[in-house]
Amino acid sequence: MPAWETTSAARVLEPARPRKLAKVPFVELADGRVQGVVSSGSDIARVYVSSVAAGSFAVSCSTNNNRPCGGGGHCKHISGMIQEAVLQYGQERVARYLRLEVPSGSSVMQELYKVRTPASDRAAAASVFSRFLRHLAYLELSAGTAPLPEMQWFPPVRAVA
Amino acid sequence: MRADLLADPVDGLDEALAAVAAFDGVLAGGLLRPQAAHVAGLSALADAVAGSPLAARVAEAAAKSAAGAAGEEHFLALAAARIALLGSVHDALTVRLDEATGRVRADAPVLAPAEPHAANLLAAARAWLSDLARAGWQGIDHDLVSGAAQVVSAMLPDLGLRRLAVLLDGFAAELGASCPGAALERIPLRRWADLWSRAMLLTQPGAAGFPASGTATGRLLPLGVELNEHATAVHAQVHAVFEPADGSGARLVRAGAAVPKPDTVVGAGVWQLLRPHLSLLGAVSEGRAMELTGMPITAEGDLVWNDGHARLGEPAEPFATARVALPVASAAATAPLDRHPVRIAEPVFLEGYTISTGEALTFTIAGFPIRVDTSRVPEAGPLTPEAVAASSACIGLVRWDDGEFTVQPLAVETMVKKKVTAIHAGAWAGGTADKQGVKAEKAATEAVAVLRERAGRLLRK
Repeated sequence: MPAWETTSAARVLEPARPRKLAKVPFVELADGRVQGVVSSGSDIARVYVSSVAAGSFAVSCSTNNNRPCGGGGHCKHISGMIQEAVLQYGQERVARYLRLEVPSGSSVMQELYKVRTPASDRAAAASVFSRFLRHLAYLELSAGTAPLPEMQWFPPVRAVA
Repeated sequence: MRADLLADPVDGLDEALAAVAAFDGVLAGGLLRPQAAHVAGLSALADAVAGSPLAARVAEAAAKSAAGAAGEEHFLALAAARIALLGSVHDALTVRLDEATGRVRADAPVLAPAEPHAANLLAAARAWLSDLARAGWQGIDHDLVSGAAQVVSAMLPDLGLRRLAVLLDGFAAELGASCPGAALERIPLRRWADLWSRAMLLTQPGAAGFPASGTATGRLLPLGVELNEHATAVHAQVHAVFEPADGSGARLVRAGAAVPKPDTVVGAGVWQLLRPHLSLLGAVSEGRAMELTGMPITAEGDLVWNDGHARLGEPAEPFATARVALPVASAAATAPLDRHPVRIAEPVFLEGYTISTGEALTFTIAGFPIRVDTSRVPEAGPLTPEAVAASSACIGLVRWDDGEFTVQPLAVETMVKKKVTAIHAGAWAGGTADKQGVKAEKAATEAVAVLRERAGRLLRK
């Protein structure tokens, strides 16, 4: 079997798992945070920008117009986002990214509830929202039919039989 | 195919790879303040190209780097040396593979640099890659890695920069998921050094060119489709035999389409992103040939697809193509700057093998086992490792990675309900009635619809 260190096509990342995007259109593990965008249940034009920082577990949740979320601490937006992050990336990867110990039988959110939430990281919201807009911009990019030999380094990921 | 030749050692291969590995170790620690062990790795790389035209520049770059005083031009020289070494590995492996398949290969095309393009973006990419080299994989953090995002966003809309943009995007995603580097338990040294050096090369103005040097008129007989993807890009490549209308010899060619995508569009849902741009995918699913008229083609045998130059042809069963047309088709050579073992993907037809499913799935051909890499079979299709393990004939791509040749199955013949049945990895490329495939396509359509709706409301403001 090939060795990790000397394999050009080593699979570093697993692809996202399919999930419904209606409630949480965007979630990612980036910039040292689990961060995402949660659609408001009451206002179709509003979204909440939510994040949990790796290591410190600092939470941030505000609207796209920068109004703080009234839910406080681990609001329903945070828990919804974490739930979808676990669907998309798997619990193990989310826990590892957050540097959070999750005993078997527990869940990322259950463990986060136990942590005393440090002062919120308000600065995160603007950068998360701009990451979301960047993500949406991928829909507008055109396809090309010129050769793309670099994609030979990115084979599909499938569990070996 | 003479599998015995694929098992034989290749002269000089171990030495070349040892020099590559020595340099790959240097990039783990970074070039800001190299340790003694890293200095040795730099020397190993410089020594390995000492007999080449790169010798003086690489020796200088190694010395500057060892002193922690390297600039971007020095990093570029080191990347070039590494690419040259792996280029030589590619060449030796390709010669061996041609002996094994009995295939005739055209001479390498002369490098024709593309028009220099967007110099400021290329410079920004090079600056980021240089920062990476200084930090080393063990020194990466979120601040450093996120520096790529802006460059990638600026490059992606420009098709002329797509190669570098898609590469950097996939590379940065892997690095981002691996931060902080100081806590990494294992590092994909070969892979990240590959991606780094390839990106460094592509920041050279003109290096990413693929001028279509001719046109193709004749019959195109598909063999199979490979699918490649990272979180935010997908690429399908069709391998086919082209029979020119002028009666000149049949040639192996490729045609592909690629598109950036949101990471939540996955699985069989990716085909619908590619389908509108490559009518060939429909022909593949229907088992039809295509008639080409004046289709642009590069010297490397890549058709630069345009639906306007193609129309659907007669039924053409890929296994018939593989049995009859493939053995007499000649191959194109890889362009000088693109030579790397990862580029080796040689279509072959295999039958009469015995299958072993021990530690790894292998086909034994005339007494010599070759590993079957089913991890490359996409889940976005009906071909499964189980079907491969029960097959009697296989259309595949011979590849090479980490010291061994492997076969990536594109299609197999196997018994289904006592009848020989062909199963193709790319069968869903043009559309599918398969239950799972339909479900995945619908999920992807919904995902795109939700994101478009959100974009419509939020991007307006």
